[in-house]
Amino acid sequence: MRSSFPGGSLSDRGPAAVPVPGEPVVEVHGLVKRYGARTAVNGLDLVVRAGTVTAVLGPNGAGKTTTIEICEGYRRADAGTVRVLGLDPVTEAARLRPRIGVMLQSGGVYSGARADEMLRHMARLHARPLDVDTLIERLGLGDCGRTPYRRLSGGQQQRLALALAVVGRPELVFLDEPTAGLDPQARRSAWELVRELRADGVTAVLTTHFMDEAEELADDVVIIDAGRVIAQGSPEELCRGGAENTLRFTGRPGLDLGSLLKALPDGTAAAELTSGAYRISGSVDPQLLATVASWCAQHGVMPDGISVERHTLEDVFLELTGKELRS
Amino acid sequence: MTADTTSGVTAGGVVGAGTYTPAPGAAPVLRMIAAQTVFETRLLLRNGEQLLLTVIIPSLLLVLFSTVDIVDTGADQAVDFLAPGVLALAVMSTAFTGQAIATGFERRYGVLKRLAVSPLPRWALMTAKTLSVLVTEVLQIALLTLMALALGWSPHGSPLAVALLLVLGTAAFSGLGLLMAGTLRAEATLAAANLVFLLLLVGGGVVVPLDKFPDAARSVLGLLPISALSDGLRDVLQQGAAMPWGDLGVLAGWAALGLGAAAFLFRWE
Repeated sequence: MRSSFPGGSLSDRGPAAVPVPGEPVVEVHGLVKRYGARTAVNGLDLVVRAGTVTAVLGPNGAGKTTTIEICEGYRRADAGTVRVLGLDPVTEAARLRPRIGVMLQSGGVYSGARADEMLRHMARLHARPLDVDTLIERLGLGDCGRTPYRRLSGGQQQRLALALAVVGRPELVFLDEPTAGLDPQARRSAWELVRELRADGVTAVLTTHFMDEAEELADDVVIIDAGRVIAQGSPEELCRGGAENTLRFTGRPGLDLGSLLKALPDGTAAAELTSGAYRISGSVDPQLLATVASWCAQHGVMPDGISVERHTLEDVFLELTGKELRS
Repeated sequence: MTADTTSGVTAGGVVGAGTYTPAPGAAPVLRMIAAQTVFETRLLLRNGEQLLLTVIIPSLLLVLFSTVDIVDTGADQAVDFLAPGVLALAVMSTAFTGQAIATGFERRYGVLKRLAVSPLPRWALMTAKTLSVLVTEVLQIALLTLMALALGWSPHGSPLAVALLLVLGTAAFSGLGLLMAGTLRAEATLAAANLVFLLLLVGGGVVVPLDKFPDAARSVLGLLPISALSDGLRDVLQQGAAMPWGDLGVLAGWAALGLGAAAFLFRWE
């Protein structure tokens, strides 16, 4: 795993007991939340370890934001236990809040406030905030100038929300769709910030609609559907397990695929999609590739444009939930 | 999941300069309240619509009705009648109308939600809002008093009674403003707060004496918080009365009702 933690800097950490890397900082067990007749979260378990980045994925309405907001202390669980930094987010909110950073999906800023003054104000509410000017430069907020919040672009509002989440030097940040509405460059910059946070020992929990974001950033990916966790693991683990890969090539039309399949492991499928365009799906490994190549050689076929498609997190997600992530 | 040994090194290169090393903690609560008060007051004083309501309208009414004989105020000097009414209006414009609209939109735009997860406790936020209202009122009252004095106003009475009326009036209007902001949609609050401002301006003894209304209407209008405040201020500042207990009682009743209902019914999201 990619988690890292700078050694020898524990003494700089201020008075709060910062969790040791690897220790659970978020522990959710059997969480249930109902809104009237609708069950938004239905027996969800989630453990986030210190010093990691955890991405929570799920289709719209899966219960991501509800779960995060229960961890932030916005609402009470109907059943189950929730501990964040060892504290109950509702009854021990006063002790928890100074230690966490929160990025809401939208809003959260006075409509007439300028970006820099809102950030400076949030810094004043904390004991040992980050240097505001550095953060403004780091997130490119200098271009907001004297424009009030309501007239900032979506990307500027988004970057400000991210800055507000980290300015208090929290141990744990909850980022709800941190790069929605950002241009590719700003997204990269936001990703870099999340990596820097992790490198400095900050734990991050983020929800996202972007698979590449989860693959880029997350140590752990949690896929939620219908209020439950349906898969969990590192991006590599999730992509390796379950999903099939695909091998494609073109050749002479009308090859005897039955004969090819006999040479391949059970569970492999082969099809001629259009005339001369072939697709083999299954567990595509070097051995399978070699078998296909030698079968072609035996049959005097030159496989053109041979390509292997590895499954992405997006494929895994679609396979598990049967839903498009973005809607 | 274990901590690795390659501290500070990721695929992206050497990072972990320690900029973001956690050092969480709330600022001392008095410092937070001071910061919140200054910030909200600054935003309020910068807001054009709010200034129209809190400064320009009361000032215009004071000058216009003092110098042009529009309404028979029954006073030797119109300004002696008008100044207390306009001071009451100033309190209403800031504590009720301005606060309701600002808080309604803060709720709508998630500001209250965002602040709820900041180190600032809810009670400290409400304290800061109250202080911000009081600071604004002090500025309004200073300005309006200077203008009234320039127009020939000669105030009487006990400053303590005046202060008590202003504080209870602020509490009553704040409670009603927050009740509105915390229960209605922001747009509805905007419309209703302005409408109520206008109605109470006309029917609350601010510039039109209540004895111009029929007796039946007068007894009802007299129980409005704006009437109690303008009447109480007038009793003291114009007539030199001692404590106007009746008006103070009406204001205390509205304050208890409004703040109590707001405490129970205010929705933060």
